[in-house]
Amino acid sequence: MSRVELRGVTYAFGELRAVDRVDLLVPQGSLTAVLGPSGCGKTTLLRLVAGFLSPQAGTISFDDRVVAGPGTSTPPQQRRVGYVPQEGALFPHLDVAANIGFGLPKAQRGSDRVAEMLDLVELPRSYADRAPHELSGGQQQRVALARALAPAPTVVLLDEPFSSLDASLRVSTGRAVTHALRATGTTAVLVTHDQDEALSLADQVAVMRRGLLVQADRPRDLYRTPADAEVAQFVGGAAILHATVKAGVAHCALGDAPVHGTVADGEVDVVIRPEQVTITPGRTGARVGDVSFYGHDAAVRLDLLPHGPSLVARVPGLAAPEPGTEVGVGVAGSVFVLRA
Amino acid sequence: MALLALVPLGFVATYTVLIGPAEAWDLVVRPRVGMLLWNTVRLAVGSMVTCAVLGVALAFLVERTDIRFKNLWHGLLVAPLAVPAFVNSYAWVSLERSVAGFGGALLVITLSYYPLVYLPVVAMLRGLDPAMEEAAWSLGQSRWRSFRTVVLPQLRPGLLGGCLLVGLHLLAEFGALQLLRFPTFTTAIYDLYGSTFNGAAANMIAGVLVLCCLLLLLGELRLRGRRRFARLGHGAARTLEPVRLGCARWPVTALVTGFVGLSVGVPTYALVHWLRVGTSTEFPIGELAEATVSTMGLAAAGAVVTSVLALPVAWLAVRYRGAATTLIERSTYVANALPGIVVALAFVTVSLRVIPVVYQTSLLLVAAYAVLFLPRAVVTLRAGLEQAPVVLDDVAHSLGSGPLETARRVTLPVIAPSIGAGAALVFLAISTELTATLMLSPIGTDTLATSFWSASTDLRYGAAAPYALLLVLISIPATLLLMRQADRRERIAA
Repeated sequence: MSRVELRGVTYAFGELRAVDRVDLLVPQGSLTAVLGPSGCGKTTLLRLVAGFLSPQAGTISFDDRVVAGPGTSTPPQQRRVGYVPQEGALFPHLDVAANIGFGLPKAQRGSDRVAEMLDLVELPRSYADRAPHELSGGQQQRVALARALAPAPTVVLLDEPFSSLDASLRVSTGRAVTHALRATGTTAVLVTHDQDEALSLADQVAVMRRGLLVQADRPRDLYRTPADAEVAQFVGGAAILHATVKAGVAHCALGDAPVHGTVADGEVDVVIRPEQVTITPGRTGARVGDVSFYGHDAAVRLDLLPHGPSLVARVPGLAAPEPGTEVGVGVAGSVFVLRA
Repeated sequence: MALLALVPLGFVATYTVLIGPAEAWDLVVRPRVGMLLWNTVRLAVGSMVTCAVLGVALAFLVERTDIRFKNLWHGLLVAPLAVPAFVNSYAWVSLERSVAGFGGALLVITLSYYPLVYLPVVAMLRGLDPAMEEAAWSLGQSRWRSFRTVVLPQLRPGLLGGCLLVGLHLLAEFGALQLLRFPTFTTAIYDLYGSTFNGAAANMIAGVLVLCCLLLLLGELRLRGRRRFARLGHGAARTLEPVRLGCARWPVTALVTGFVGLSVGVPTYALVHWLRVGTSTEFPIGELAEATVSTMGLAAAGAVVTSVLALPVAWLAVRYRGAATTLIERSTYVANALPGIVVALAFVTVSLRVIPVVYQTSLLLVAAYAVLFLPRAVVTLRAGLEQAPVVLDDVAHSLGSGPLETARRVTLPVIAPSIGAGAALVFLAISTELTATLMLSPIGTDTLATSFWSASTDLRYGAAAPYALLLVLISIPATLLLMRQADRRERIAA
């Protein structure tokens, strides 16, 4: 259990810089999610930390121990990292107990450690002698985590561990996994392209784009104060509207709203989250386009009159207006001003 | 090991160059060679056509109609694979001398080889997504029309692959055709080699034969390359509503029964008949035991050597995909297309010229086996290695295992079943190998196949029967393995 620190880490496949001068600090005992669309370099970053790849520049250290740097690279088998790949990758020829015990010294393989790990990931002890193919996808992932945690690794690396699970299983497995990680106080890095997963499970979310690490923050801060328009739209979705700030109030096409923090007067771009957009039936100002009804809430596409822009409002499900009608629009709460 | 596999090919090519174009031309362009070419080609084409028609028709009948006792029919229809063609041919010839010439050869070859088409087509029919046919029906196509326009094109890889296999087997077939007194390239090479030691003529005919094989192999490789595009979506969980035979049920069942009578009944009857006749006259327990022991010994040695050679080839092909590794893998497949007789001839000549010490030793014979059967081991191992993805190595490394420990604790245990299956296939193939064994086995070493051969060519059919029975018994497990493999392969491809 230690701190993981990356400084200027770079890795290129030929011309393509998959990971480009990345600095990242994963505090001891925290869970950091690396979030990005596929092909952004997040899996490469994970493989660099694991030691399956060696960076071409920069250093990676666990606490004060440099595991990869100029001229040195500790092989993965000596780094003490736990690795949970996509779909678990349990050893198909070994039963659950032998999978969990794989990384333990011989003397401990038959001991209580295996049962302890099963308890930790909330699987019945009777599963110890099952074969991997007798388990469901979510159970396989839990065993894969137990296998990674058993030797008490320095850091656990999870590579899209829930992406192959169906929606309901994804939530419960994700909760069980984070619970086990916190219970053992393990430092962990989770790679994912699913923003809900990143925001709900992690202590820190690092957003990657085209090899660059764009922003690393607590989930709440990331959502509240995105580094740029692209991050705002990628994490949570947002409308970026032009506004004029005067004495701490932004004037935009939706109306007036106080700005978050202190901002000098002038022309700016503001971030408006879908749930900040309010709808008033019986007024005019926007035409309702498509409505996606989810029950608990609904996403309403609005075209501001007379000519755009269009944006999305998230409203309680039963409050959603009919498509084609005209409604009044406004902004609730304060808006965040993007740095120019 | 790829080099070893190329020895026969290199031999034929080098020989042609050394002898000079003029003499080579004289040796090849002769009326006798023309006759052999005509015989070989018409039998190859004829048997490919009959096998294709029978294979598809029977596969459809078993897989897609409501014929009763499907599993029984399936088992009986695959059963001929367990009877080596030369044993089948012995069964027919020993019962009826008039089975000979082109007609006889076509009959016996078809009855022996049609499962090579039937088996992959059945597996593909099982793997096809019924939704596609249902979609065709919903678009207003009749059942027959949708079979022709939707199903048949998708069966093409399996069907063509099976036909090419029939062709390659036929070009390599020696024993069956020799017994049927139907001369082709393969039997001619053997006669030239055996009776007159006419090396030059034998080698040149071998050259022509190799060309024919390479032609077929080229077709096979092109098909293999294209086959990736024949992906069929996820395996079919549902089965289609079968075609109702209705009042055609009894005639169709009678036809299939008749066919199975010919393909399974005749050899079974012949074996039982000659065993009964034979045991009353002679039953040489000692010789039988001796032949069995030496067969087992050779087969075990061959299986071990072949598996050891196949491991790096398959490993490179799966883990380090690239032009060079594909070339190495493919070069072993060339041997697959080379008839045993050519491999044997090459090994005889090359060993006599280069390392005469090994001539007529078991060592040379085992090396020839390795070249002949390397492809089978490689194919099986490849499938196994693909079950052991690199990510398992990554996980093992992250859990503290070095490369050697990972190989010992993860990779080898995962691929052990396929190493075993590959070795078993090679073991069984060697046990029933006739041609190369006849030419290369050390003097005084008799295997089951060669003992059977000398008895049946001397028309001592009774004496040949116990050996034939043992050969069939040995082939049964290989047939079961092949059945399972074909099914699994098509399902993975599907």
